[in-house]
Amino acid sequence: MTFLTYLISGLALGSVYAIIALGYTMVYGIAKMLNFAHGDIIMVGGYAAFYACTRYGLPAGLSILLSVLTCTILGVIIERLAYKPLRQASSLSVLITAIGVSYFLQNSAQLMFGSDTKIFPSILTEGSFRFFDGKLIISYLTIITILTCIIIMIGLTTFINKTKIGKAMRACAEDKGAAQLMGINIDTTISITFAIGSGLAAIAAILLCSTYPSLSPTLGSMPGIKAFTAAVFGGIGSIPGALLGGVLLGIIENLTKAYISTQLSDAIVFAVLIIVLLIKPTGLLGKKENVKV
Amino acid sequence: MKTIINELLHHRNRSRMLSFALIIGSYLIIEFLMHSIRISRLFTSMLVPCCCYIILALSLNLVVGFSGELSLGHAGFMAVGAFTAIIVSGLSAKMIPDPVIRLFISVLSGSILSGLTGLLISVPVLKLSGDYLAIVTLAFGQIIKSLITNIYLGFDSNGLQLSFVTNELNLEQGKMLLSGPMGATDTAKISNFSSGALLIVITLFVIYSLIDSKYGRAIMAARDDRIAAESIGIDILRSKTLAFVASSILAGAAGALYALNYSTLQPAKFDFNTSILALVYVVFGGLGNINGTIIATTVLYVLPELLRSLQDYRMLIYAIVLIIVMQLGSSVRLKRSMEKLKNRFSKKGVIR
Repeated sequence: MTFLTYLISGLALGSVYAIIALGYTMVYGIAKMLNFAHGDIIMVGGYAAFYACTRYGLPAGLSILLSVLTCTILGVIIERLAYKPLRQASSLSVLITAIGVSYFLQNSAQLMFGSDTKIFPSILTEGSFRFFDGKLIISYLTIITILTCIIIMIGLTTFINKTKIGKAMRACAEDKGAAQLMGINIDTTISITFAIGSGLAAIAAILLCSTYPSLSPTLGSMPGIKAFTAAVFGGIGSIPGALLGGVLLGIIENLTKAYISTQLSDAIVFAVLIIVLLIKPTGLLGKKENVKV
Repeated sequence: MKTIINELLHHRNRSRMLSFALIIGSYLIIEFLMHSIRISRLFTSMLVPCCCYIILALSLNLVVGFSGELSLGHAGFMAVGAFTAIIVSGLSAKMIPDPVIRLFISVLSGSILSGLTGLLISVPVLKLSGDYLAIVTLAFGQIIKSLITNIYLGFDSNGLQLSFVTNELNLEQGKMLLSGPMGATDTAKISNFSSGALLIVITLFVIYSLIDSKYGRAIMAARDDRIAAESIGIDILRSKTLAFVASSILAGAAGALYALNYSTLQPAKFDFNTSILALVYVVFGGLGNINGTIIATTVLYVLPELLRSLQDYRMLIYAIVLIIVMQLGSSVRLKRSMEKLKNRFSKKGVIR
């Protein structure tokens, strides 16, 4: 029964990773860049929700909405100001710019909100379900997290496969030049991708902060790296891959923490990643690209 | 044709001479200043770490610039070198009282172990390519850091004692060398600026000898066009392994020198951010540009310290500088105007 508890909480953690990984994987798929500032968008989302409900006393729903809006706008602004001028630049310059943006967000947060850790209020629900005479306890939060992830996945897949913008996104991911010739506005498409990714980061932030209720300017770094790992794990650029990678990573992390060692859980998670990449060099669901001479 | 080759050789030699002149010249000037006038402790305390970061950045440039593979885990090699050096220095303190010889042995053993780690890691890493290769180096960096964070090592009259994950050592009047997340405490500070400058000169010598050799040209050929290089019989894997291992040896030396400059050192120092920092230095200096790397590292290392009076705003300014330089570096308009300026000032002019 304890195994089931760990498995379910791992599933919840994995759902959060999956939501963050979606942001990485979508941006990578379309703009072909590793957006290292994505983790810090999570942090901004956390602070936005925190201030909305503690300082201004807004209700939970409104706080979440405000947080999502803040991140969406921030994501688009960052893309326009920092990444758009580098469309033709080498991928390393873009990477360094992303790191610069990450430093910028962390340090602005430190200046604006202070470096002390803040306690995130439980704006989602409290309480839990009990099964088997209290042997298996599942909090409402865990269920909300997993459900949110499922809803987001279904919504996003439908959006990308059924709508016109989704079609444009797929076209851009396939071949940017050809997409442009077909009359697709590349800049708008990339902006929308960033908007969606950042909005999802805000949702992930609220779920993450509700589970681990401490806010600090470096909050996003570790989940960011983990989610990035999850995205690569599943095959970067692939949306089902992000879900699979995120969920697996969360479960592996939680089970190693429970049964092997808390201190070594990070090492084990990364070791699993290396083994997976050695067996499948482009991740679990990644596409293999052939090099033509 | 002959004149072109001569000119190229001349140009190459000039840039090599410049690197050595740069290091030896600045070393002499700083030494002179330290002996003639009083320099603030802040400045002198920055000398050795700056040397270490220069060596780290140069070693990373070997992988990223010359071999063309992105490594996001170089701090891991630095950590291996650092903690090996601390252990060797701590154990040999009684046997070898002379700090210079002890420093030499510690740095040597640090770089050897780091090189072995690099060799071991290169086997899985170089099977992959592109961003997947980068993420695996990141993963290895994290693994090395978390393993070192869990080592407890000490020695007493009964000999060396080691435990993993939890501290189960009971030392009798002994000395802890590594204490898990606390890292090393009470290390003898035996690094100094002279050894740092010497190590940079050795690093430059190693890198230049490598890239001028047959192997170095193979490394660069493999970077420029993998398939073409393979078709003329270059062993891609061997070339890339050579660059990776050489780089890890140098990064280990940098870590060893760094570790012996502080009395306490935590494994958390060598996290993802340190790897990224080295990458920033390399990209700022220019891929495959040795002199650029040295200058960029010095400027970018000293800049945040100079901005110390701005307190909380310094890292913010640093971030903005980072973004703006990257924007300017790839701005098409700026490149065009720079070319115009160049043409105006060059005597030959452009004949169209």
